[in-house]
Amino acid sequence: MSRETPTTAPATDLPLPPPNAESQAFWDAARDGHLLLTRCTACDAVQFPPQHSCTACGGTTGNPFTASGTGEIFTFTINHRAPSPAFKARAPYIIALVDLAEGPRLMMNVINCAPEDVKIGMTVKIVFEARGDMALPQAELV
Amino acid sequence: MTSSKAAITGVANTRCGRLEGSTCLGLHAEVARGAVADAGLELGDVDGLICAYSFTEPHPMLASVVAEYLGIQPAYSACVSAGGASGALQVMTAKSLVESGMCRHVLCLTGDTRMSGMAPGAAVAALARFGHGQFEVPYGITIPAAYGMVAQRYMHDTGLTLSDMAHIAVTTRNHARRHPDAQMRKPLSHAEVMASRPIAEPLRLFDCALISDGAAGILVSAAPTGNGAEVRIVGAGQKNTHEHLIAAPRDLQSFGCKFSARDAFAEAGMTTADIDVAEIYDSFTITLAIELESIGFFPKGSVGEAVSDGALDLGGTLPCNTHGGLLSFGHSGAAGGAFHVVEAVRQLRGQADSRQVANASRAFVHGDGGVLSAHVSLILERLS
Repeated sequence: MSRETPTTAPATDLPLPPPNAESQAFWDAARDGHLLLTRCTACDAVQFPPQHSCTACGGTTGNPFTASGTGEIFTFTINHRAPSPAFKARAPYIIALVDLAEGPRLMMNVINCAPEDVKIGMTVKIVFEARGDMALPQAELV
Repeated sequence: MTSSKAAITGVANTRCGRLEGSTCLGLHAEVARGAVADAGLELGDVDGLICAYSFTEPHPMLASVVAEYLGIQPAYSACVSAGGASGALQVMTAKSLVESGMCRHVLCLTGDTRMSGMAPGAAVAALARFGHGQFEVPYGITIPAAYGMVAQRYMHDTGLTLSDMAHIAVTTRNHARRHPDAQMRKPLSHAEVMASRPIAEPLRLFDCALISDGAAGILVSAAPTGNGAEVRIVGAGQKNTHEHLIAAPRDLQSFGCKFSARDAFAEAGMTTADIDVAEIYDSFTITLAIELESIGFFPKGSVGEAVSDGALDLGGTLPCNTHGGLLSFGHSGAAGGAFHVVEAVRQLRGQADSRQVANASRAFVHGDGGVLSAHVSLILERLS
């Protein structure tokens, strides 16, 4: 779960996530190669996305921790119809719902594999894709 | 006994497809006048106006804009924005406005020019922004891709097949061929659906809704106006479980349609067995398959066989999407789901011409917005 931080940010036409006050720490950690989650101090639920209050109990305090970086593919699509020219250059690409070992479900691309190799239930590891001056959590088959 | 339930007294729709020279507001005006005339009234009789939203007329106060354009000053006006559920939600909201006595005649309008008023691909790009800005959009999500993921899992869990979904597309096209206003009226074979190009696998081109220009108008009144058969809204229900796919029910099966329909049936004092004709949101073939099973029209895992056996045909056990639905009649944004309401009223009035379901007196209508996120169910009944 580490990557070299590029000295100069590569230009990209792909959309960058717009961090806000609730998510800045998540994206800062992602740039350092860590997937940051938050455990609610009131009810122990793992909250994702990062936000003001826990969706399970409404608690407003949580302890951030680094996820183990493994998950399972709950479902996926092989997407051929891209929403923009930048994504069209990647098509077809896989979009999956990945259930992390810690519970939360994230959307990611499954990268560095042939689309036909992806199946429901496969285990993936979380890697980070540099995009602009940010980094996106992505999934790779193990 | 006189019903205290709200009535639908007027409906109108434009043709669907590429309507060259049309505008979003112009289409709104066409169906506004059409729905009011259908009820035997005039625009001045309207004291409530509910609009939705539009990509080509993106003003955040669309109801005010439309009222100004029509030259009316209703006592109540508002926008309802629930994606594909907007049309049904307008009707549910109008029902409570007239049943509470706040309004007498509420005009529900939807329309957009997503085909002629937007550059090719622009509608798909705009719809992609329904995804979560930080945690979905950066991954290249689109609405078809989101439904593709839902389809992949549903097929895995229930045994629904690509062939089953192709039967849904063909059935819907056969209905559209009987509607003069439908966008797609050419024959469509099962083999053509199966061979159509992939969009977001497992979904193929003919598993997906159209992109259209078009508009719909529905007039909801406190009492019938004496123009045409008496159609009452005898049940309504809503349930939203999430907005973004990452926050959807974990099994990607327990969607809000089950609960919105349960509440609508409870209010009406009916069950699925009482329904003569169903007009159910079909943004994709998978959408209709899931809703038919979740609402309880077919046991889970059986809808594929039922559709291939003709259950949704005009003479089937549950004639469904008799106008051709979003898959073949047309999909012009919020109006897409409103066409289902318009068709249900026409069926109950016996005005559906060559696609008429014999003796239809009770209709079920369902709208769904987002990625199976927002659900509204309606039950309409002909009382005369």
